[in-house]
Amino acid sequence: MASQHSITIKAGGSEKDYWKDLWLNRQLLWILSKRDISVRYKQTLLGVAWSVLRPIMTMTVMVFVFSYLAKIKSDPGVPYPLMVLSGLTIWTFFANTFTQISNSILINSNLVSKVYFPRLLMPLSSIAVGFVDFMIAFGIFLVMTIFFKHPISWNIIFLPCFILLTFITSLGFGLFFAVLNVRFRDIGQLIPFLVQVGMYAVPVAYSSTLAKGTWFEKYYNLNPLVGIIDGFRWCLLGDKAYFNPQSLYSTTIISFVIMILSLIYFRKKEKTFVDHI
Amino acid sequence: MPVIVAENISKKYIIDHQRKSGSPSLRDIVSEKVDKLFSRKQDNSDFAEKEEFWALRDVNFSIDQGDRIGIVGHNGAGKSTLLKILSRITEPTTGQIKIDGRIASLLEVGTGFHPELTGRENIFLNGAILGMAKSEIRQSFDAIVDFAGVEKFLDTPVKRYSSGMYVRLGFAIAAHLNPEILIVDEVLAVGDTEFQKKCLGKMRDVSESGRTLLFVSHNLTAIQALCNKSFYFEKGMLIDQGETTHIVTNYLSKVSHKSLEKHWDNIESAPGNDQVRVKRFKLFPEYQDDLNHIDVRTPINFQFEFWNLVEGASLNLSMHLYTFTGECIFNVGTQAETFSKGLVSGVCEIPGHFLNDGSYVVSMMIVKDTSTVLYNMEEALIFDIEDYRENVTWYGKWPGYIRPQLNFSIRQTEHVVND
Repeated sequence: MASQHSITIKAGGSEKDYWKDLWLNRQLLWILSKRDISVRYKQTLLGVAWSVLRPIMTMTVMVFVFSYLAKIKSDPGVPYPLMVLSGLTIWTFFANTFTQISNSILINSNLVSKVYFPRLLMPLSSIAVGFVDFMIAFGIFLVMTIFFKHPISWNIIFLPCFILLTFITSLGFGLFFAVLNVRFRDIGQLIPFLVQVGMYAVPVAYSSTLAKGTWFEKYYNLNPLVGIIDGFRWCLLGDKAYFNPQSLYSTTIISFVIMILSLIYFRKKEKTFVDHI
Repeated sequence: MPVIVAENISKKYIIDHQRKSGSPSLRDIVSEKVDKLFSRKQDNSDFAEKEEFWALRDVNFSIDQGDRIGIVGHNGAGKSTLLKILSRITEPTTGQIKIDGRIASLLEVGTGFHPELTGRENIFLNGAILGMAKSEIRQSFDAIVDFAGVEKFLDTPVKRYSSGMYVRLGFAIAAHLNPEILIVDEVLAVGDTEFQKKCLGKMRDVSESGRTLLFVSHNLTAIQALCNKSFYFEKGMLIDQGETTHIVTNYLSKVSHKSLEKHWDNIESAPGNDQVRVKRFKLFPEYQDDLNHIDVRTPINFQFEFWNLVEGASLNLSMHLYTFTGECIFNVGTQAETFSKGLVSGVCEIPGHFLNDGSYVVSMMIVKDTSTVLYNMEEALIFDIEDYRENVTWYGKWPGYIRPQLNFSIRQTEHVVND
């Protein structure tokens, strides 16, 4: 009766069945995701309405500051608020998932020290909340396109690719920070700062055409999020929105490389999480 | 047929002494991090400040199917580390363990309970965390609710639960796991008597159905009632294993030789200040049997000696006795007396049949003019009182902090004559 559950525990021994274990625990992944979502707005007055209010408020502020005060221009033929909102939607998805992944191990520290399951489940399950928020923000965006009478482009069929790339990139950065966060709580302080600064380093409030022909263009394009945001915008707003298809190669390669390196680092360190938490 | 075979299990921890010299700068962190990223070596001997600590050392054992193993030892003996390795929470540094069978470990009740979620939601959450499939949880849902007795509060967030309800629900879920091997760590320490009885009953069911049980507890009575074999750990080593009765006796005889005395011979380095300094604090048990261990029958005397450094000081002693969890059981004081310079000694007698079994902490205060605390020696002594019972067939944890023998009798006051 027992043979199918036979295991051997030894140093470095969890390696072999890791991915199988991950698959066997998929129900737990689902339940943890559901927990995070249902807990999100407990004991708030407005509840889920926050997911709607937040992007609208951020967009309003940004449109006011950048468009009316700083007078930043959008790409010709694209309404500035739509440009900001599309950029904001995908950036917020990245920022939320990145933050949540980075904190996922610490938040679940009570589980880490008391039960075994592949630790990768925690970062993976923490993505759910960000994704739900993303879907809501995306809905708001669609409503806005109707409001601004801007046609949705057929390019939208490529949208899933860019969502997947965002996911890969946030996992890449997030896993790395999640590991560091277990050892050094400094990381917890650093993350909100990175997210805040990061928003200005990527084309959320401005168009990437601004960087064209400058000395830093090379480095600017190395940031996988630049390609992702431009691409996401191109999918939704059509060919008038600036997007350099060439950047797709570097974006894809860089984000996958980061993800794989982080995954290796995570796998190497996860066994010792419990000793440092 | 052995279901668990452990060979040469060791677990090393690195104690980091780096933080001693002030808090590290961001530069330290970064450079250390970079070193770690690029160095292949696991044991980096450059860090001389790091000290090794072996939580487990060369542990070998084999457990047969249906064995009920009790694990005894002091705090820090490696019991919990072993359970953590068996439940795959942490990996051994060396050695290997082969396990045949589905294993479930209960290192804590209600692991992963989310305070905001309702009892119902938490049953599914906790069940999934403990490794139950959704269908299994659904199947035993009613039994879990019934066992925990929380029907009325199923849709209340668990943060509104009383601690008793919380623990009951947590244990109820775990009790309905159907593992071939069950690992339980000290869960009986919580919950009321009624519930502890239920838990022990449930664990007995588990063991009687031919499944394997590993049980860590400081409650030796429970271990004796449940387990047929026991392991005795000391300082990370498995120093004895065998029949429970034999192990428990062996353990008890060693427990009582734990240092029950603290003393300082040098007046300069003794704890205290320029008015008083502590010389000695000692506990003398009047052992009731030749095993030399303190149990509920044993009268205990405390002797406390200190140097008085101020001529003509009016001093008295005040002693607090706490449970291990920090509740104060009593506070007694001596009369104040005037002392000249020199040694002062105080004695307190605690009669047998007074304290319940458990771990206790004594603190001693030296008070001047019955109002000013000159020196407070917190956690001055820590001692254990073991359980002892006669003519009782019930083995649950005896409730209460004290366990006095009072004049309490029953007699028949009327006979009903059947005609």
